[in-house]
This record gives sequence, C-alpha cells and structure tokens, in this order.
Amino acid sequence: MKQGVIAKVSGPLVVAEGVPDAKMFDVVRVGHEKLIGEIIELEGDLASIQIYEETAGLKPGDPVESTGAPLSVELGPGLIAAIYDGIQRPLELIQTQWGPFIRRGAELPALDRQRRWHFKPAVKRGDLVSPGDIIGTVQETPLVEHRIMVPPGLAGTVEEIKEGEFTVTEPVCLVRTAEGLRELTLMQRWPVRKARPYREKLAPKEPLSTGQRVIDALFPIAKGGTACVPGPFGSGKTVIQHQLLKWADAEIVVFVGCGERGNEMTDVLIELPELEDPRTGEKLLKRSVLIANTSNMPVAAREASVYTGITIAEYFRDMGYSVALLADSTSRWAEAMREISGRLEEMPGEEGYPAYLGSRIADFYARAGRVICLGRPEREGALSVIGSVSPPGGDLSEPVTQNTLRVVKVFWSLEDKLANRRHFPAINWLTSYSLYAEALEPYYLERVGREWLDLRREAMRLLQVEAELEEIVRLVGVEALSPSDRLALETARSIREDFLMQSAFDEVDAYTSLEKQLRMLKLIIRFHELGREAIARGAPIEQILELPIREAIAQAKFIPEGQSERFAQLEREMEGQFEELSKERVAG
Amino acid sequence: MQKEYLTIAEVAGPIMVVEAVRDVGYAELVEIELPNGEIRRGQVLEVDRDKAVVQLFEGASGLNLYKSRVRFLGRVMELGVSSDMLGRVFSGAGRPRDGGPEIIPEKRVSVLGEPINPYSRDYPSEFIQTGISVIDGLNTLVRGQKLPIFSGAGLPHHRIAAQIARQAKVLGKEEQFAIVFGAMGITFEEADFFVTDLRNTGALERAVLFINLADEPVVERILTPRVVLTTAEFLAFEKDMHVLVILIDMTNYAEALREVSAARKEVPGRRGYPGYLYTDLASIYERAGRIKGKKGSITQFPILTMPQDDKTHPIPDLTGYITEGQLFLSRELHRKGIYPPFDVLPCLSRLKDKGIGEGKTREDHAGVLNQLYSAYARGLDVREMAEILGEAALSKLDRIYLEFAEEFEQRFIQQGEYEDRPIEQTLDIGWELLALLPRSELKRVKEEHIEKYLPKKEAPAPPRWARLAR
Repeated sequence: MKQGVIAKVSGPLVVAEGVPDAKMFDVVRVGHEKLIGEIIELEGDLASIQIYEETAGLKPGDPVESTGAPLSVELGPGLIAAIYDGIQRPLELIQTQWGPFIRRGAELPALDRQRRWHFKPAVKRGDLVSPGDIIGTVQETPLVEHRIMVPPGLAGTVEEIKEGEFTVTEPVCLVRTAEGLRELTLMQRWPVRKARPYREKLAPKEPLSTGQRVIDALFPIAKGGTACVPGPFGSGKTVIQHQLLKWADAEIVVFVGCGERGNEMTDVLIELPELEDPRTGEKLLKRSVLIANTSNMPVAAREASVYTGITIAEYFRDMGYSVALLADSTSRWAEAMREISGRLEEMPGEEGYPAYLGSRIADFYARAGRVICLGRPEREGALSVIGSVSPPGGDLSEPVTQNTLRVVKVFWSLEDKLANRRHFPAINWLTSYSLYAEALEPYYLERVGREWLDLRREAMRLLQVEAELEEIVRLVGVEALSPSDRLALETARSIREDFLMQSAFDEVDAYTSLEKQLRMLKLIIRFHELGREAIARGAPIEQILELPIREAIAQAKFIPEGQSERFAQLEREMEGQFEELSKERVAG
Repeated sequence: MQKEYLTIAEVAGPIMVVEAVRDVGYAELVEIELPNGEIRRGQVLEVDRDKAVVQLFEGASGLNLYKSRVRFLGRVMELGVSSDMLGRVFSGAGRPRDGGPEIIPEKRVSVLGEPINPYSRDYPSEFIQTGISVIDGLNTLVRGQKLPIFSGAGLPHHRIAAQIARQAKVLGKEEQFAIVFGAMGITFEEADFFVTDLRNTGALERAVLFINLADEPVVERILTPRVVLTTAEFLAFEKDMHVLVILIDMTNYAEALREVSAARKEVPGRRGYPGYLYTDLASIYERAGRIKGKKGSITQFPILTMPQDDKTHPIPDLTGYITEGQLFLSRELHRKGIYPPFDVLPCLSRLKDKGIGEGKTREDHAGVLNQLYSAYARGLDVREMAEILGEAALSKLDRIYLEFAEEFEQRFIQQGEYEDRPIEQTLDIGWELLALLPRSELKRVKEEHIEKYLPKKEAPAPPRWARLAR
C-alpha cells in the first residue's frame, strides 16, 4: 500500500506529505507505532494532522497511512456503563492490557467483540425496512432496551432475520437493497463530526426534572433543550454536572469529562455503581455512558471527546429515548481547538481562539433537540445538552462564554461569592435565566397545577425585592425598615437558605422531587402570607420571626420523599402558631 | 555511531535551530558540546524535514554557531531514579548539587510521564493531619490530593510549606513517608531555609530536593517539576511510599514557559502566556493521586505567588481549575500579625468530604466546619458594614458575630509555627468559638453534637426573642 511520510512534527500537530487519497477529517495512522490522527487541513500535497496521542519520538520520514474513513464511533450493545477515552477507546480494557498508565498506540475495539447479546427481532422476512426502522431489540441492562435500527442510508426488503445470541459483529439480518444484499449487525458506525439524521425537530415542551430545587423551580431546562453553567473555579460546576448525571430524569445520560480532573472521574466511577435511581430503584450506572479525557490526556483527543459523546447520545435519541449529554467542560474543548489552531498558524480571533469558535459551538449545541426519529415505529426522542464553561478569572465576557450564551436557552450563573459563603448550588438567582419557562407552562398547568406557577412567581418576586431592600439596609441599617419589609427580607432569606440551598452530599437533600419542592416552597410562601396578615393585625415582627415553625421550615429539606402528610401537618402547625400569636395580642 | 552536527543556524534566547539533520524525533534529548568542552542539554521542540528547533535547558550563553557540536541522543529526556536519592540535593535538571556522588540508577524513566488511566485511579479519602487548624478543620487534606497555596510576594508561604512538611501525617499508621521538594527560580535564602529546616528536624533523610535558583537557567525550570514528579512516582508506585510533593514557585515555572513560547514566536494566549498553558500545567498537577492496587500515593502542594495578589491572573486561575481546591493567603491578616494568614473564605478543599467524619476525624467535623464558615462569613460582612455605618448601628446579634470573627482569627486561624494541633483540639477550639453565638444560630450542627461537644455556659440564657426585642 502506498504511504505518505511525515514532514514536520510540532507537539500534537504533524504535517505529512504524499498521503494517498487524503480527505479532510479522515483518520490516519502515523509512525511505526501507528498513532491515531485526523486530517484537519490540506494544502497541495501536504496534510496537517492532529494526533490523538503523545507524539514524542515521531520523526520526519516516518510513514503515514490513511484509513480512508472519518473519525467514527461504534454504536451498539455494550455502550451502557462503559468508560471511554476521547476517541472511544475502552479505558477498562486499556487497564487490563497495559496497567494503570496509558500507553500509546493502543488499538482496542470500543465494543466487546466476544460478548453475546440476546437479539429479539421486531420485523419478519418480507418486511420493507428503511433507515431508522427498529428491526429488533437487545435488553442491554435492566434499564435500557437497546433498539437495533437500520443504519441511515439503507433500505430494502428483509430477506432473513434471526433470533438468538449474537456478538456485535455477527449478522442478524439480511436486507435486499437496490444495490444487492446487505448484512446488518447489532453494531453500526457513525462519523462523530456529522449530526445523525432525524425526521423532524419539535419545540421542547416538557421539563427535564433534575431534583435540584434551584433548577427545577426557578430555571428549568426542557427535555431537548440546551443549558450552560459558567463559573469560576471552586464555584461548583462539576458538582452540578455530577448531580445531573445522578438525578436528571433522562433515560440515558452521557457524561463527557473533557479536560478535567482525573480524581473527579474516579469519584463518578466509584459512586455511580452504588447509587440508585429514585424512580426505578435500579443502579444509575445502568443508564450511563462515560467519556473521560482528563486534562493530562492528549489534547487532540480532548477536542474530539465532546463529538464522541454527542454522537453516542444522538444514537440513543434515535431509539426514542430522552437523553442528556453533560459536557464538563466545554472551555477545555475550545482551548484544545485554540491550541491546534495556533499550531496550524491560523489567523487568531479573540484571545487567540480561532475565528470559527462561534460556529463550532453553535453547531455543537444545535445537535440538541426534541425530534421525531427516523423510521418506524414512529417515536419521539430528545437530546438535552448541558455544558459547563470555565471562564478565565470568572470573567463572563470571554469568547467561549459569550459564544455559548448566544446559542443556549438556559443560563445557570455560578458565583464564587456564593460559593465562598457555602451557598450551594452557587447559582445566582438574579442573573440566571431560563427561556423555557413559558414553553413549559402548559406542562406545569396540566401536571402540577397553577399553584406551582404562582409560588414560583412569588418566590422570584421576593428575591428581587430582597436585592432592592439590601441596598437600603446597607445605607441605613435593618432597623429602619418597616415590619413588612423586614418580613420580606426574612422570607427571601428563608427561600435562599431553606429552599435554594441544597446539599449534594446529604442523602435526603441531594434529590428533591417536584412534588416535595412544591410543598417546601408552599410552606415558605404561606409563612409570608400569614406573617403579613399578622403584621396587619399588629403583631410585632420579632415575635413572628421567633415562631418555632421557622425551625421546622429550615429542616423541611430533610423530610424524606413521599411524606406529604408531614408537610400537611407542618402547614397546620403553622396556622396554629399564627392563631396563637393573634390570640396573645388580643389577650395582652 | 552517533552523528554530530556543526550546523546550528540560529540561536535566539533559549531556542536553537539546527539544520541538515536526519532521523531526529520530536521531544528527543539533545546534547550540545561547547567549544570549551562544556556539555549542555536541550530538547527538540519541533522538527520540520531537516530542520530541528531545540530548546536549551541551560541557556545559550557561550554557544557558538560554528564550533558547537550537537548530538541527538535518540531518546527522550530521562531521569535515573533510585531510593538512594533520599537525603540528597539535586539541580533543577537532576544533577547532584550537594557535592555527593552521582546516583547509580535503579532504572531510567522518561520525565514526561504517562497519564494515569482515570479508570485505574483510587479515590483519595485518607485524612492527612497537618496540625494546622485552617487546613485540618476547614479545608481537610487527603492523600493523593493536589492542593495549592495561592500566595503573594512577601507572604510567609515558605514557612507554612515547611510546617506542613514537618507535621503532615496520617493518624494511627506507621508508613513509609517521603518528601520530594522542587524549587523553581526561588532565591538562595528561600532554598536555604528549606534545606536547613529539613536538616534540623531530621526530615532531610526522607526528602529529595531539586533546586533551581533564581539566577540559574530559566529553561531548566521547565524540567524541574517533571524531574520532581518522576522521582515521586518512582518512590510512590514502585517503593510504596507516601510522597508529599512541594513545588515552589509555579509562577516562575509559567514565566519560563512563556519565555520559550515567545522565543518560538507562538500565537500568545492571555497575558502573553502560551495557549497550551492549561494543558501544560495539567500535565504536572495531574501527576498526583492514588492508583488501585498500589500502596503509595502522591500528594501535591504547589505554591504560587499571584502577581499583584490577582487571583484572575492566568497562573492562579488555570491552576485553580486543575487542582482540587486552593488555600489563599491574606495580606490583611499578615499585616495584623496573624500566622498562618489564611484567607479562610475563598479557601477550599474539594476532596474534604471524603476524608472527614466518624472513623476518619470526628463525627461532628462536617457540622462544625460549615457552622464556622458561615459564622465567620457573616462576621466579616458585619465588619464591613460596621466600617460604613459605625458599630453603633449594629444589632446585638451583629455585634456577637463581629466578636466571633475577631476571636476566630485570633484563636482558630492563629497558631504557632511549631504548634502541631491534633484534629480533636482544632475541633474543640471550633466549639469554644461557637459557644460565643446564641444556641439558635447553630443551625448547621446536629443537636446531639451540640449536647456532646458545646462547652456548657454557667447561667441559662433568657428566651431568645426577649433578648432580641429589647
């Protein structure tokens, strides 16, 4: 086979000449160790290649071979509960083969070639099939039924289909197409930089419940929506992403650890197999796919990792699932882009980032959405994308944050000031926003009730009032406020401390169902209403604030799920205490 | 037969271009023989056909274009490692500088290291007691963590680092313990302070020191942390030792990186630092941790001085994004004469939750930690308010918090340089301070812990609303 040769090596960038049949974004094998790389620029006979592995030792003159295919991922049974690097190499297998440190040139199949899966056909001989049609299923884990689909671009008549135990490479179905017979296996491939096709995109209408009160109540994200979490270091981006990984009510969660800490990935790996899904009781790992390209792993593979993740996520969406893709952190992805662009000596845009940064970010988030999937039976899938952003110095005016805000619909603004006071999640309630609030209203009206919308509005109003009053307090002191203003201040504080603050490490507090959120918020807002009435009747504000019920409100977050009678009882106690208070007034 | 080249085409700063080379690999180690016979070392940064760009570790002075001989060694920069390194002092590039003999290596390893497979990592969860209350009590350190100190010029970070090196231990265990110390571009006095301190306390025999002083070659600094960590990895993962790595000062390291980048005319990122600063720093910091099935561990204490105390400067900023928390020093507390002057509020240890609590420190630890934090935060708010409005405008409760903040700084933060506080004592001081607050304010500690640990007051307090209403 004809080969090209290396002309130049500079860090992760290699320039090769004379690579036969070089096409943009084709995967190439470089050097004697056959390192994996991807062509990212062509100029005459020269091809610039980004290498996904450490390049030390590569020399001009070393061979370069093109595989003729773009960077692709393997899609099929075996994805769930796997942990991959940025170009879908299985880290577990790498460990068994090479020990605890990652060596170069490792070539291992992403999906286990030995394992057999039980395939149950859903179509029969003679059926017409077209792209996206489900031809059968594999029960991959107790939580995930893996639906085997006809790959895009293939249609015909089923000639033969078998039930039984198969590996991912054995043919299970024979299809007669216009071009002849084609074998279908449990596995298909898809190039990562190309969005997988669907029939039609729809507007999101259902919230993605996360169990995180500040998100679900104030700044909800929709299934099929996009959100970003920017914040300086130490503000808790990763904890939020981990919470979503654990508690978001998606059927499949794909987590991409892009250029972040190794120990954080370990934390996920150790915790996920232990945690149970609050809805199904199954282990959460049984619905998760993990991609780990930590900050010390090769930078080009970091660039690819978000695409690897989103392609896997799209594949499950195409089966008709609600999928969440969590990318932590997209800034590292952008920086990898910048690094490669710098080595290519491209004209830099803002802060050294390439000029195409904005369009790459937009393309990435555009792969989210609620869709009608290709093929039969007709089904709906949703892919929600949540990316964290790590702005340098916490300065949101930097290019990655700004380009992200332009395309995402939900903005959870993390602040180190809140984090320093140990207010977690440190999502600022004044600057964050969700553009889905309106689109989701019909859903809340139907499923939760108008009360939920009213409580939310009132809570937001009180927080706004608090911000205004605080200005005044700063100037003249709290004593100068009217009793009703002081009550508003205290209620807002209660909303912040007793509702918005949520511990990710407390067993009960880590997850709150929508129903419990409603009861908790109701307790706080009801206290405010009763307090106002009491003030109108002349009760001193100090006594209102000293009512024992406030202690109970503060502790309400620790009431386990499913105890609505406990909340009803608290509401009665509260009414009672206020009645008591007005009786004292009358008596005294 | 090794080829020698006499074809140096260009030297600019720490960068040298050699032409007409053959068979040269990226990142390969280079030896340059000067006309006077001196040998310098370098590393290939880029090869373009027959042209190699070489970074000189020990500077370019004395280099002659036509008479210097260049040899490409066909291997990457390696370090010969051995247990005999304990007790020795080396240069920033790994050559003995204590007058002792060369090390006879047990093995030679690439200083670049290989990334740890995230799947193979073991989660750090063993509490390390440093004897410093702010660290043990509020920002607990665990084995395998990387926790930097963000300092400023003139602050006593080196004294704190020495105290940690002296006192750090895992409770109830006798294990092999070693310190690997890397100094980059620090002054002779600072380096001498560490060496003397380690010698006086007898810790030197458990330590390996790599020292690159301020007047020594800048580019050697790029090598120093890698040499340090290669040694640490050997001791930890092959000799089963628990290694504490101290790197001082990472700012000088990043400056060296910037110098090389500028000399290569690379597109600069923020403030002139190269765009790959994050990746580069990560390749250092991520070499901390524990590995499943291995006994040893690497815990990192990088120290950096923030230019103009600015934490948004790229070096502290990127460091904070990679490390598992950070400890800030405060100029204000230092001026007040408080040692160690930790700026408590922005300090954070991300891994503390796994290292505290019953069986590790004490059952009440998490509650005390949260309560102290929030009370001190409130106290500082009040202090700020008092500066604007005057103390007279404060409510009674505010005044209590103000007093709390003062006492907290004096009794909890402040401690002696040779005072090794056990964790129980740290927590007990915490409870004594919490006793200053009204019981009703103690929302973050559990009731049963209050009963058990809160020092009892003499007279019963009046009902709280009565006090407030007055």
